[in-house]
Amino acid sequence: MKYMVLIAGSEDDRAAIPEADRMQAYAQIRTWWNEESAAGRIVEGYELQPTETATTVRRDPTGNLTVTDGPFVEAKESVGGYAIIDVADLDEAIALVSGWPAEATLEIRPVLES
Amino acid sequence: MTVEQRSAAVDERLATTVREERSRLVAALVRVLRDWDIAEELVQEATVAALETWPRDGIPENPGAWLLTTARRRGIDRLRRDTRYRERLALIGAELRNLTTSGSDTGPGTSGPLDADDRLRLIFTCCHPALSREAQVALTLRTIAGLETPAVARAFLVPEATVAQRIVRAKRKIRDARIPYRVPEPAELPARLAQVLTVLYLVFNEGYLASDGELTERRELSRDAEWLGSLLVRLMPDEPEALGLLALMRLHLARADARFTSDGAIVLLQDQDRGRWDRVAIEDATQLLEGALRMQRPGPYQLQAAIIACHAGAPSYAATDWEEVVALYDQLLSLQPSPVIALNRALALAELRGPEEGLAAVIGLEERLDSYHLFHAARGVLLRRVGRVGEARRAEERALALATNPAERRLLEERLAAN
Repeated sequence: MKYMVLIAGSEDDRAAIPEADRMQAYAQIRTWWNEESAAGRIVEGYELQPTETATTVRRDPTGNLTVTDGPFVEAKESVGGYAIIDVADLDEAIALVSGWPAEATLEIRPVLES
Repeated sequence: MTVEQRSAAVDERLATTVREERSRLVAALVRVLRDWDIAEELVQEATVAALETWPRDGIPENPGAWLLTTARRRGIDRLRRDTRYRERLALIGAELRNLTTSGSDTGPGTSGPLDADDRLRLIFTCCHPALSREAQVALTLRTIAGLETPAVARAFLVPEATVAQRIVRAKRKIRDARIPYRVPEPAELPARLAQVLTVLYLVFNEGYLASDGELTERRELSRDAEWLGSLLVRLMPDEPEALGLLALMRLHLARADARFTSDGAIVLLQDQDRGRWDRVAIEDATQLLEGALRMQRPGPYQLQAAIIACHAGAPSYAATDWEEVVALYDQLLSLQPSPVIALNRALALAELRGPEEGLAAVIGLEERLDSYHLFHAARGVLLRRVGRVGEARRAEERALALATNPAERRLLEERLAAN
């Protein structure tokens, strides 16, 4: 069963972390990511560039398009990365995501597989 | 016997059987079919088939086995018809055919005709942390306890449509997000257990003093909760809160016979014939509680059980150790601040220090408990004790307007009629 894990957090909070600590956190995340990928539980994923780089395209019911600066929801927490994971069930997904070695809010969404 | 009489007898036996067997069947069918809606539908279809067949052919010797067999056959038919399940038929069909009854068992406390762990699996899945608490409780009451949606809605004090929607959404999430159907691993158990205990106690209370209709005390449901509690304790013998809850339920059940007159009227604690209490059961439950307390990890269920043990161990109402009862309520409030617990504490305080002090404590809760019938009933009792009969009557009228349980309504009506 595939799930998408949306990894969210506060960009401001992240920016406030001292550089040395941030480097250490990244190292831990990389180790964890590599282990889970090698085990086949993480299929793919990326860290995203900050929301200031985001562009939102909205298509209304009549087909009109508007292009705006910024993410589609302005919130304190924003998506900073994602992973596609492949595990047996939600309990395994929760267990896997619980191993994320840094402060974050992680949303687990089952992928619609046809 | 007229046709109508026979039909009524069938309805009653069927209702009893369905209540007893339903959760077992659903739990087993969910395991085999991995589809909650179909499992519940099959049990429902089997029930309808029984209503058609039994009045004509008579009630079978083992109605639970009959229902299971019917649900199973219809399950296989259903799997054949439904293209979505055709692929799984080969795999599941054999398992479904193997669902057999072992004959004589019908009551809780034995392993049952199906896998005894099925209902435990069902409970842990219903109480999965990925579901909201409201959904956990609604799903458990609906699926395991077999309560109809209106009864669940009354327990929650929310509209029926809300409960129905919660159940639909929860089932959809179990399926779509693939919440596993299993008893958690040892490492996960303590956290998962806390959620289950809350739900079980709600189920117990729903059974202990039911709010729906003709059966004042749906003892079956309380016994089922007690049985599930004992299964939990067997699974987790070192978890004091599970023991505390089991002791609490057993202390209630040990005195259940004295709580109502033969015609269903409530007998208050102070008026109960303590000779009708099951002293052996009280002693056993108290020992169970003492075992839990020795583990030195107190919790709300152990404290509630300790309060009930004070009552159950007292030779008379007057000889109750009210100081201990009030002290236990204080501890309970510090762990679990709740206006309903504060109301019960106020009533104990009235016994310890007199009705004026109890009344003062009760009145402070008005804002939070104004829509709770027992708040007004308790206020009525204390107002009568201090001689303010007019105010007492108004409080009791308000309680009567809010109460839905027929036995509670009758008690209030009698009080109002007496003076």
